[in-house]
Amino acid sequence: MPLDNVVFWVFAPLSVATAIGMIVVRNAVHAALFLVVNFFTIAVMYLLLDAPFLFAVQIVVYAGAIMVLFLFVIMLLGVDRGDAPGERLLGQRTTAVILAVAIVAELATAIRAGIGFTTRAPGGFDAVNPGGNPSALADVLFRDYFFPFEVTSILLIVAAVAAMVLALRRSKSLSQREIETHAGDDLEAYGLAAPGAPGTVGEPSR
Amino acid sequence: MDWVGWAILVVRVAIVFFGLLISVMLYIWMERKVIADMQTRVGPLRAGPRGVLITLADGIKLFFKEGITPTAADHPVYAVAPILAMFPGFLAFCVIPFGTSVTLFGREIPFQLADLNIGILWILAMTSLSVYGVVLAGWSSGSNYPLLGAVRSSAQMISYEVGMGLALVAVLMYSGTLRMSELIAAQDTVWNVIPQFPAFVVFLIGAIAETNRPPFDLAEAESELVAGFHTEYSGIKFAMFYLGEYVSTVTVAAVAVTLFLGGWRGWWPFDGAVAWIGPLLWFVLKITAVIYVLILVRATLPRMRYDRLMNFGWKVLIPFGLVWVMITGVVVVLPQEYGNRGRYIAGAVIVGAAALATLVAPLFSHRPASEAEPGGQPEGREVRA
Repeated sequence: MPLDNVVFWVFAPLSVATAIGMIVVRNAVHAALFLVVNFFTIAVMYLLLDAPFLFAVQIVVYAGAIMVLFLFVIMLLGVDRGDAPGERLLGQRTTAVILAVAIVAELATAIRAGIGFTTRAPGGFDAVNPGGNPSALADVLFRDYFFPFEVTSILLIVAAVAAMVLALRRSKSLSQREIETHAGDDLEAYGLAAPGAPGTVGEPSR
Repeated sequence: MDWVGWAILVVRVAIVFFGLLISVMLYIWMERKVIADMQTRVGPLRAGPRGVLITLADGIKLFFKEGITPTAADHPVYAVAPILAMFPGFLAFCVIPFGTSVTLFGREIPFQLADLNIGILWILAMTSLSVYGVVLAGWSSGSNYPLLGAVRSSAQMISYEVGMGLALVAVLMYSGTLRMSELIAAQDTVWNVIPQFPAFVVFLIGAIAETNRPPFDLAEAESELVAGFHTEYSGIKFAMFYLGEYVSTVTVAAVAVTLFLGGWRGWWPFDGAVAWIGPLLWFVLKITAVIYVLILVRATLPRMRYDRLMNFGWKVLIPFGLVWVMITGVVVVLPQEYGNRGRYIAGAVIVGAAALATLVAPLFSHRPASEAEPGGQPEGREVRA
């Protein structure tokens, strides 16, 4: 058996098992860890498919950054201690079933198309990757599809800025309230009270 | 691959593995000696000549100590976390070329485990995984101080990874390749540290933060968090964290050497049958120099406060890295497009960008609100929010 097949048959069952484990396990952190291992096995699949760049991106972005943020949030909120009773969202279960059926149907069509519909073999790794995988991908991404790529990045930046603005506004109003409840007692200690108008911070006197 | 090929591969992996272990042993000794010297102490003396075997003695002691698992710990994760902390450093070293090559049994054996075409990305991927050891150790201990250390360090390591990544982006743009062997080939006349000095500084700062070394060792700030994420660990598991931290330090130094300091290149080559020794010696010498700088930083600077650390990472390091990536892009692309005239344009653009930056920078500088208003507090004390 060639080495590729050995690696595939080691990692494919692992991938399925971790995916199932991620859904079955009750503890949120354990579920996140199963997902991390799953990302890994998928990354190895990319490597087998001669896509080393995708392998690196999968690990850097998904396993290295996004899942760490997930763990960060889980640990900060402490949701791992005990499960929330009942369903949080109404009708989530039926929606999930419908979407699952849709995905299975889509996958079946795609696999059927991959096996039977095409008449010619896929162009090999060397044909689609002149000068190596990373530089070929860079050509496609930053030359052929430059505009869609930039639009997507702007979209992401807008979303990030919007999230920051929302979070910042709330925390500012909170600190304002905190300052007002403590107005007068220790404001001078913090150097907040202006000499002319005691107890006001950046706002006209009440 | 026949059986000789497989055997050679196994031997190469083993040599790199044990070589890293031995170098970690020596660098820990060096760190203790140098710091002791700076604090007018003598440092370790008893184990071996001048105490060089102190790390080995420590390792044996830790190996035979009782491993305690707290009652509130999450057992499987608690057991896996030290292993996760140890391995990324070893894995990242796979792509580092630590010499040229040697011919044995009629085969050319390169001094590098794998010359991947995604070399730099492989290093980024592996360093980004080093967060897991810290985060999972902190969480699974079932204790408050480790959890605080883990939450801190996950934020810290993700933030500084961005800055470090930007430095790497600048280097790969300048050299035009991700492959480590080509990166070293591109440095045959001038080492990258000269044209890319700002990126080198950004990389070193980010690397110190990534490896949780002082002054960025907030994950284990002993004055506030007992020992941070590994408070509850003892025995061999603690030794694995210790080992992992120093392996990452050696790896980070090796990356700095490969990307910025010309890798194994040197001025004093050997000839003939032992031609491979020269590059190897140069590589070890350069790594030792970089680690010496890291030790000096540790011995000199006090630990940063957490909010200042995050402010520095996001408001200084990352913007600076972004600007440097842009400047590098201009410097690389303009000569390609416009020939030699492009160099003058590039110079003019850099001067213009610097002038613009000095003009715009005061607008973004942090000023307390009371100072901006007339009649406010004259001296700018920080507003507590």
